[in-house]
Amino acid sequence: MFGYYLDLALRSLRRNKILTALMVLAIALGIGASMTTLTVLHVLSGDPLPGSSATLFYPQVDPRDMDGYEEGKRPPDQVTWTDGNNLLHAKRADRQALMTGGAVPVQPAQSNIDPFFSDARYTTADFFPMFKVPFLYGRPWTEAEDNGRARVVVISRKLNEKLFGGKDSTGQTLRMKDTAFQVIGVLDEWKPTPRFYDIYMQSYGSVEDVFVPLSSSRDAHLEHAGSTDCWGTGGGDGEHAETSPCTWLQFWVQLDGADKVAAYHDFLVHYSQEQKALGRFQRPVNVALPGLMQWMDINKVVPGDVRLQTWLALGFLLVCLVNTVGLMLAKFLRRAGELGVRRALGASRREVFTQLLVESGVIGLAGGLFGLLLAFVGLWLVRKQPSDYASLAHMSLGMLLVTFVLAVGATLLAGLLPAWRACQITPALQLKSQ
Amino acid sequence: MQIKPILSALRRHKAGTFLIAMQIALTLAIVCNALFIIHQRVAHLSEPTGIDEANIFIVKNEWVGAPDSARVDAMMRADLQTLRQVPGVQDATPSNSYPLRGSGWDDGVKLKPDQLQDSSGSTIYFADEHFIDTLGLKLIAGRNFRADEIGHMDMRYKLAPPVVIITRALADKLFPGGQAVGKTIYLIGGPATVVGVVDLLQAQSVERWASDFAYRSVIIPERLTLSLGSFYIVRARPGQLDAAMRAAGKALFAQNPRRVIADDDGLLSFSEVRSRAYESDRGMAILMGVISIVLLAVTAAGIVGLTSFWVGQRRRQIGVRRALGATRQDILHYFMTENLLISCAGVLVGTVLAIAMNLWMVTRFEMHRLSLSYLVTGVVILLLLGQGAVLAPALRASRVPPVEATRSV
Repeated sequence: MFGYYLDLALRSLRRNKILTALMVLAIALGIGASMTTLTVLHVLSGDPLPGSSATLFYPQVDPRDMDGYEEGKRPPDQVTWTDGNNLLHAKRADRQALMTGGAVPVQPAQSNIDPFFSDARYTTADFFPMFKVPFLYGRPWTEAEDNGRARVVVISRKLNEKLFGGKDSTGQTLRMKDTAFQVIGVLDEWKPTPRFYDIYMQSYGSVEDVFVPLSSSRDAHLEHAGSTDCWGTGGGDGEHAETSPCTWLQFWVQLDGADKVAAYHDFLVHYSQEQKALGRFQRPVNVALPGLMQWMDINKVVPGDVRLQTWLALGFLLVCLVNTVGLMLAKFLRRAGELGVRRALGASRREVFTQLLVESGVIGLAGGLFGLLLAFVGLWLVRKQPSDYASLAHMSLGMLLVTFVLAVGATLLAGLLPAWRACQITPALQLKSQ
Repeated sequence: MQIKPILSALRRHKAGTFLIAMQIALTLAIVCNALFIIHQRVAHLSEPTGIDEANIFIVKNEWVGAPDSARVDAMMRADLQTLRQVPGVQDATPSNSYPLRGSGWDDGVKLKPDQLQDSSGSTIYFADEHFIDTLGLKLIAGRNFRADEIGHMDMRYKLAPPVVIITRALADKLFPGGQAVGKTIYLIGGPATVVGVVDLLQAQSVERWASDFAYRSVIIPERLTLSLGSFYIVRARPGQLDAAMRAAGKALFAQNPRRVIADDDGLLSFSEVRSRAYESDRGMAILMGVISIVLLAVTAAGIVGLTSFWVGQRRRQIGVRRALGATRQDILHYFMTENLLISCAGVLVGTVLAIAMNLWMVTRFEMHRLSLSYLVTGVVILLLLGQGAVLAPALRASRVPPVEATRSV
């Protein structure tokens, strides 16, 4: 029976080519626009560390003075050197890492490569196991090396290829800002999206090329980059950043279990109270412990324009669907005579209804296919944009499936009302009027 | 034209009428808001920086190695001397940032040392005595820095210059109606005397968060000596920008090779800076424009389709009316009025929807309130679109001959 309906549908669609093309085009445009924006949104709002993001938290305390105090505001987005190190050494979490961004002049040993600047991350030993960073060669540094201010460096796969031709470079020397560092590890491909650990750096860029122990970066006077927020007598001076009242570091902890999260929150409160008693903190105790995904939400990591575009595209799809409902209604009712004959010859209401739904399904499928094509074109256009997330805009298998379900589902839904109206036709009346 | 028969005819096509009205309403809501967004973005990206954009380029210079502050200052002065002698270069100045760069140093300005809240935010531009001439700023009061006032500082020192030049926007905010020259303002490091006021100089960021202090800048008579490097703002002689840019990079390397001027953003003409700063706004405006046009086209096509169907369905009635004496004009008017009635209903609902959608966006996307003129524009566009779309089927209807009344379909 389905084959027969399909045949009828195709015949009917062929009979009125312009109308059919119009309906298919409208659906395709709506689907194409929606799928393009939804894919971008999906990629950008994804989980950077599937499987472990639920155990990662971003502790915040408020060390500022009363200058500009307003009740109910969130604590600063970063921590000071003092608080960061206090929390790091307290070791109250399963894992913890203190970090900040930077830029270092790399001076290659080879004379044929000019010196260049690389993005760097200065951090502590737990960074690698906590964020499950994959290694191609070598190993991460240890806590002992952190404490010993070891001149060691972990480099990205990309930098390893540029400097060492992709070979195992552990043990080699890398000169940065006139200081020699020993390469102890090379990362494998690692691209958390968004790059969650530092909201002040490009959220959708690749990870840094150079990783150096935080303590060693201070010793070697490696330049800090990113946001520095000072108050009171703070001047944002990189050389005295250990003592100035400025927040410029990110602190992440791993907490396996809800009770540990609660306990850590209590610890932050006690810590703040203690610091207040010491006179370091002046504001009322204000702590926060957002999870990774929550932290991404709070900071609106996904660009507002992308969300706006998604809503816009969905609105566009809605108009296209309403349009299709109208056109299908017109089309089906126009065929009242033909449907009347079918009904008179014994087709039940249900059969007529199914036949019309098959017809709208065919339109949906065609619209979906064409829409998919448009979505690929749309994503290609997005990739041409110079924004930092442009290169991420790729269709995944899941989104492909969603496209089809959305296209066919939406069109079937759109076909419901016209089909129902059309099968209400009284056969006798139709036949009589002929 | 009698409206009552039209209404009773429409009552027999409830679903179709409702769908067209609904489509018009949704289209109006989306198009109004899209137009509004386009206008906002275009207005935003047309804001002037206040500098001589056509002739300016930026050198991003990074030092290799770890020079100390005094050494950096010496190297910077040597660089500037070199740059000013490059053929085609009119003048050059060092700075920590420039308008539209998107990052830099923003700081609060106070009028009294013990004030708890800042009087205003501002962008801090480090400069020397060539800054005003290089950028092509207009000094509207007071004087420029003297060469002997220019010092150098690194981040170790507090921001406490003895004198500063501020922009008119900041002067108006701090000293409304008054004279700013000679007054004292308090920066984070201490007091500074205002010696000059320049007309327009945009802040380094044009993002929404910086809109509170959009044109409020403070010019500091210091070279900021970061061991990492800084920017040179260079003004080329008219028409010699490209040549000056190429020559400047070469001259700097010839003078001192221990530096990095990156291939991708080491040398940027200001027009590139502008297009980079506003790329997302421009992209959004274009996208909104395309969506609006396609949306209007889809709606028009929908109206044509549905009305054509109605005309086909009513051929006999039209024939009867014609036979009873109705003119072609009457039939044409009938369909036009019918569409106008539906459109009006749709537009009415659409206005409410547009306002609701805008209010929702105000809360979600930091949007401004929709102004009435966009609603009016949108309504006019959609009513005209409806009339235009219905014209073809209505004309076809008017050509139905009276003899149709006697035929059976």
